Amino acid sequence: MQTVTSRNPIRDPAWMGRLFWLLAGTVLLWPVLVLTEFKVWTLFEASNLKPTLKFLGDFFPPKIEGEFLLLVAKETWRTVAIATAGIALALVLAVPLALLSVRVLSVSALTGKMNKLPAVLRTLLRWVMVLLRSVPELIWALIFVRVVGLGPTAGVIAIALTYGGMLGKVYAEILESGDAQVTQSLLRNGAGRLQAFFYGLLPQNAAELTSYSVYRWECAIRSSAVLGFVGAGGLGQQMDASMKMFNGSEVATMLIVFMLLVWLADATSAWLRKELG
Amino acid sequence: MSPRKMPPPLFDARCKACWFVFGLVCLTVASFWTLDLKWAQFFSLDAAGRMGKFVGEMLVPETSSKFLAKLGWAALETLAMSALGTGLAVIFGLALAVPASKTHHDDPAQWRGMTRAVLNMLRSIPELVWAALLLISAGLGPLAGTLALALHTSGVLGRLFAESIENAGAGPAFALRCRGISEAKIFWYATLPQILPQLASYTLYRWENNIRAAAVLGVVGAGGLGQMLAFHMGLFQMGETGSILLAMLVLVALVDALSYASRRWMSV
Amino acid sequence: MQVLLADASARHPAAKGNVPDALRHVSLKVQSGEQVAIIGPSGAGKTTLLQLTACALKPTTGSLQLGDVDPWGLPIRALQKLRAKLFLAPQVPPLPPRQRVVTAVLAGLLPQMGIWASLRSLFYPTHIETADAALARFDLADKLFERVDRLSGGERQRVGLARILASNAQLLLVDEPLSALDPARSEQAIKALTDTAAERGATLVATLHHVDMALRSFPRIIGMRDGQLVFDLPAAQVSPKHLHDLYAQHLHELDGPSVAADHVPDAPSLPAVMHCR
Repeated sequence: MQTVTSRNPIRDPAWMGRLFWLLAGTVLLWPVLVLTEFKVWTLFEASNLKPTLKFLGDFFPPKIEGEFLLLVAKETWRTVAIATAGIALALVLAVPLALLSVRVLSVSALTGKMNKLPAVLRTLLRWVMVLLRSVPELIWALIFVRVVGLGPTAGVIAIALTYGGMLGKVYAEILESGDAQVTQSLLRNGAGRLQAFFYGLLPQNAAELTSYSVYRWECAIRSSAVLGFVGAGGLGQQMDASMKMFNGSEVATMLIVFMLLVWLADATSAWLRKELG
Repeated sequence: MSPRKMPPPLFDARCKACWFVFGLVCLTVASFWTLDLKWAQFFSLDAAGRMGKFVGEMLVPETSSKFLAKLGWAALETLAMSALGTGLAVIFGLALAVPASKTHHDDPAQWRGMTRAVLNMLRSIPELVWAALLLISAGLGPLAGTLALALHTSGVLGRLFAESIENAGAGPAFALRCRGISEAKIFWYATLPQILPQLASYTLYRWENNIRAAAVLGVVGAGGLGQMLAFHMGLFQMGETGSILLAMLVLVALVDALSYASRRWMSV
Repeated sequence: MQVLLADASARHPAAKGNVPDALRHVSLKVQSGEQVAIIGPSGAGKTTLLQLTACALKPTTGSLQLGDVDPWGLPIRALQKLRAKLFLAPQVPPLPPRQRVVTAVLAGLLPQMGIWASLRSLFYPTHIETADAALARFDLADKLFERVDRLSGGERQRVGLARILASNAQLLLVDEPLSALDPARSEQAIKALTDTAAERGATLVATLHHVDMALRSFPRIIGMRDGQLVFDLPAAQVSPKHLHDLYAQHLHELDGPSVAADHVPDAPSLPAVMHCR
């Protein structure tokens, strides 16, 4: 049995690497802090602290006057309505996009490789969906507010476009993922593509499609509240107005209502997903 | 021949979920009804003309060197906001995840309920709303944006980290606990080494999200590309707007690529 | 440290109501510095006995005394100090997969290190020589800076045992230390354990499936079956008939390990993340 005699002290080989990353991180941290103007202490300067504390103090109690609550209820409904209308239009966009871009409904691919034109069309449509998805809905809303003016229209269209791209992509993935045999046998026996969809793909995937759509609807409610900040109406716009007037109690009420709304939508979509399970 | 299964009926009166979907359809109809949607205005020639003009101008992005320099700085500012915001969120998220998780069978975990409530609150409020709130304290500029991202992402990461901690293998922690070692040391020596890959994966995933969020946060005044965008769009300077949008797309693609490369490097 | 069990019973915390206790009315006395091997078929309660002795389980009847002290009557701080003096080595080596061997072995020193010292040691391991010496006795010194998940099952098991050597515990409770080791390595491992215990004057209690190894290396053998002690004899007095009766209906276990320690617990899979982006 070997015994360890005194030899050169053993060095940890990972030491150099760790030291390097630590130094690299520190060196990178400095410009990051400068770029983000990360002067946290300014939050506590007297000129900032006083209005902050007053604003926070106004949170308790939140405003619960009847008239105001009615307004909040109306705006909450508008937020939900914008989200729902937006998703509905997104479906109008997403379903054709998905159907036109899935390979499983390709007739030419039944007998070997897909023909050139259908393949190009499908790729093009995928790129359209990527484009629709990549632009944040806030940007769409900003543009449309300047086209149709302030109000829910801009929000609905923004959500429709962005979520149309998102839903289209996921629908295409869901439709492609299942067993293609039923659909393809329908196509082989001369059924039209739409018939193949209704009799083959849709029943197979209805649960998953619905479940994902409901989940996205819940996300759309959050988006719709955020879009209100650029003038698309609903709870967000009201919150923006109250914040600009430093009205803490109104903001507090609306934040609470918003959190309740999100919680309710979350619970609903979770229940529905379980039911469809 | 094996009996072929008929597709399930689309609507079944006994099915709860079917009623719910029917309810959603009613909700949709009600939404369209009550909203004051200006379809006529949207589909009018006037609107189409304006859209056409915007898009036309956007397709000719502004490329003067002075503007590009400002754009570059704004892009760096946005990148820094997303990185610092995510980094801070990792620290706060982990700090909140520890009390929010039940680490072993006999763990009293008395702070779990309250900490989870705090994390839920941080999560539910979108980044933009946080930014708008923080503008009151921090004023215009990227500080509000960074803190907004940090707060929201702490809620998201805190919840994910807490779930990782609870799902970590119990063996190493049990062996150390038998020796009377304190929970703090057990966390660093037994729990964290096991969950580190998951934590890194979640962090990278949120960074990908946060770069998109950071780009638009500026619209309310929180600095970066968003603030530039709101400014130029407000003046209807569509050429500049086009450049800024391009810069946003490039930035998002860059962060996605960095994140992908990091994941590859980590899984080696 | 002396161990005294008087009419002790224990059950697993997760056991259902109608399952009999894993350990039933066991009385046992182990003097300080003794070396004892526990043998018996699987399900005999050997692991439960070790866990009870390590104060990981509370006795449902009877009492436990460690070094003339009832650990369950002590205040928490004193109990933790007492626990620092014992060491329970589970059957599956409790090593985080991505940790390095040096850190895993040095975890044996954690009871003596303060929180800051232990954090510093994560960044650059203190006491590397201790880990090196411990691993050398198992011929694993060259794996000092390797990751645990890059080792074979047998090597991992030996690393788990090396942690015992690195610690300074006075009561060593070792569960199936040889399940993944070949005969040569088993000899080496048992010798390392028994030599270490003898050097420190520590009490060693090991459960083993390798009956001949137990008879050769340990002066005192305890046989267990169905949660009860069957015999408690010096090794020389254990006859083939004792063994046959002990292992009746489990005769295939007389020679070999029942569970390989080759199993590395899988890294827990990422829970499905559904977020709005």
